[in-house]
Amino acid sequence: MRQRSLSALALAAVVGTVLGTAGCTVERHWGGNTTPAGSGKARVGLVTKTDTNPYFVELRNAAGAAAKANGADFHALAGQFDGDNDGQVRAIENLMQQGVNTILITPSSSTGVLKAIKDARDAGVLVIALDTATEPADAVDATFATDNFAAGQQQGAYVKASLGGVDPKLLMVDGTAGSSVDTQRHGGFLKGIGLTDSSPEIKGHTNAGGDQSQAQQGMENLLQRSTDLNAVYSMNEPMGRGAYAALKARGLTGQIVMGSIDGGCEGVQNVKDGLYAATVMQFPKKMAEQGVLAAVEYAKTGKKPTGFVNTGSTVITDKPMPGVPSQNTTWGLQNCWGGAK
Amino acid sequence: MTTATVNGTRERESLGEFLLRAPAVGPALALIVAIVFFSLATDTFFDLDNLSTVVQQSLVVGTLALGQTLIILIAGIDLSNAASMVVATLIMAKLAAAGTNGFVALLAGIALTVLVGLFIGTLVTRIKLPAFIITLGTFTGLTAVAKLIAGGQAVPVTDGLLQWLGTKRYLFGGIPITYGMTLALIMYLIVWYSLTKTAWGKHVYAVGNAPESARLSGIKVNRTVISVYLVAGFCFGIAAWQALGRTPNADPNQFQLGNLDSITAVVLGGTSLFGGRGSVLGTLFGALVVAVLRSGLTQMGVDGNYQDLATGALLIAAVVVDRIARRQQQS
Repeated sequence: MRQRSLSALALAAVVGTVLGTAGCTVERHWGGNTTPAGSGKARVGLVTKTDTNPYFVELRNAAGAAAKANGADFHALAGQFDGDNDGQVRAIENLMQQGVNTILITPSSSTGVLKAIKDARDAGVLVIALDTATEPADAVDATFATDNFAAGQQQGAYVKASLGGVDPKLLMVDGTAGSSVDTQRHGGFLKGIGLTDSSPEIKGHTNAGGDQSQAQQGMENLLQRSTDLNAVYSMNEPMGRGAYAALKARGLTGQIVMGSIDGGCEGVQNVKDGLYAATVMQFPKKMAEQGVLAAVEYAKTGKKPTGFVNTGSTVITDKPMPGVPSQNTTWGLQNCWGGAK
Repeated sequence: MTTATVNGTRERESLGEFLLRAPAVGPALALIVAIVFFSLATDTFFDLDNLSTVVQQSLVVGTLALGQTLIILIAGIDLSNAASMVVATLIMAKLAAAGTNGFVALLAGIALTVLVGLFIGTLVTRIKLPAFIITLGTFTGLTAVAKLIAGGQAVPVTDGLLQWLGTKRYLFGGIPITYGMTLALIMYLIVWYSLTKTAWGKHVYAVGNAPESARLSGIKVNRTVISVYLVAGFCFGIAAWQALGRTPNADPNQFQLGNLDSITAVVLGGTSLFGGRGSVLGTLFGALVVAVLRSGLTQMGVDGNYQDLATGALLIAAVVVDRIARRQQQS
């Protein structure tokens, strides 16, 4: 008997918690509260992929600060994990319910949230994609993002210049297979270094999903096949650290030029410490600020931005190469995102 | 099946019985076949350094799987083990970064995973809810805790003791052995001994086979269950130490599939998800098979998605073998 009442109590607690949580996100009819554009006050909603990644933390903080400086209302929501389309759709619905007139979104997948975006635009909301483009790109009004192909190309050009005319013998550490950012950076890198996917100069590749420990394992396995190398591509900085651990264990760090992409403070510090030769910095703060300014403009005048706005990317290295514009790590540490500056 | 000849049936039965008696034989054979195959298929796989690397790659999942084996033996499951481990790595790293003595930081991390084990074990025995649900909830909560502690920022580890399992190595017959490998082996031996040679081990199997009969025969079922979650929690704490030895960087985004990887190793090792049957020796081979597959296929230049496909196929094959063996035991 006692067991049973305990079980009932536990079940009641679970059900109560579930209902309580659901209450915040319960489905509502929305769209009625949307403030019409041109009426003055900007009400900005931001939807990021997650709310714990330092990149998105920087994006959120910068957008919040810009909104405050411009007298705009600001609400930030996020998915629970990378790829949480459903959570992002719910976030868009909640923001509509709160009556925003601009939504800034870093879509978890380039296609997963298109319907919710269309509903929002149909209701008169300005939608701007930050950081990650949608497919098709005109599913949103405008995209403010890093040109990832260009970022990859800068990394490729740097590595090529560092090799100083020697033929590359390249290992590639890719992210999540098939993701648009991964494809663009990978393609850009190959263009920058002057290779194609079928070039014999590519000695192997591994997909590590952005995970440091997976990158280390994949690299260890690739190095077992051959250590006759001089170049490594890493799609982001955590994977660059993983690849470095594998290279260091083999004593190969001296003969290899490795590049990376992101510009997180830890990544810039890695460059300064010599883990890899260069990283390509992107600027989440710019994306957020420009997005908020566009929202303010839209609220005032009804004018919408259009197309792809490249927020730029910069090579960070302490070993500059002729023909590859770059900044040093001191500049990098002043402009990096995430972590202590 | 039913139309098979008497002779054939008898042979199958004896094979099934054999597998039931020695569940580690199947995975051991799979491991040997995989090693021989990759040694022939590539010029690079069979190399003492590489074999050492493969073992190091399987250490974290192997240590998680050691605890998971105990839990699955009592017909439970732990979906939160990797999340608990990740929180422990963050606690260790954060404390060390704040200047705490490495040994204290290590103990604090292990204490956390043991407490989580106590928490789960208490709920499982008191509330009588399935371990699946309880650990699903713990998993979700701990994942959030990890991200909150980290604040989205990986925490680098420089403390010598926390990296010790990965950095210190010696040569044994030409094979580089890290302290992490040594510790894992010792833990496997202790758990193997406890399961096969002690009363506690017999209780664990009895509780997994038929909890009611175990209770009637005088075994304190709840106490056994809680002890299993505590020992498993200790293993997960050691897995956290292993993880920092491999990658001296505590990152909340790592090992997101560690729980499933540990279950894969246990099942590949021939332990039955229905409890009561299996061995830690099998789990050791199961964890190694996965690492061997990944390493060998990578060296053959096989795409990562096909590696996952191969692991999945092997997993299903292992479950089918378990099912057939069980059915023959019952008939």
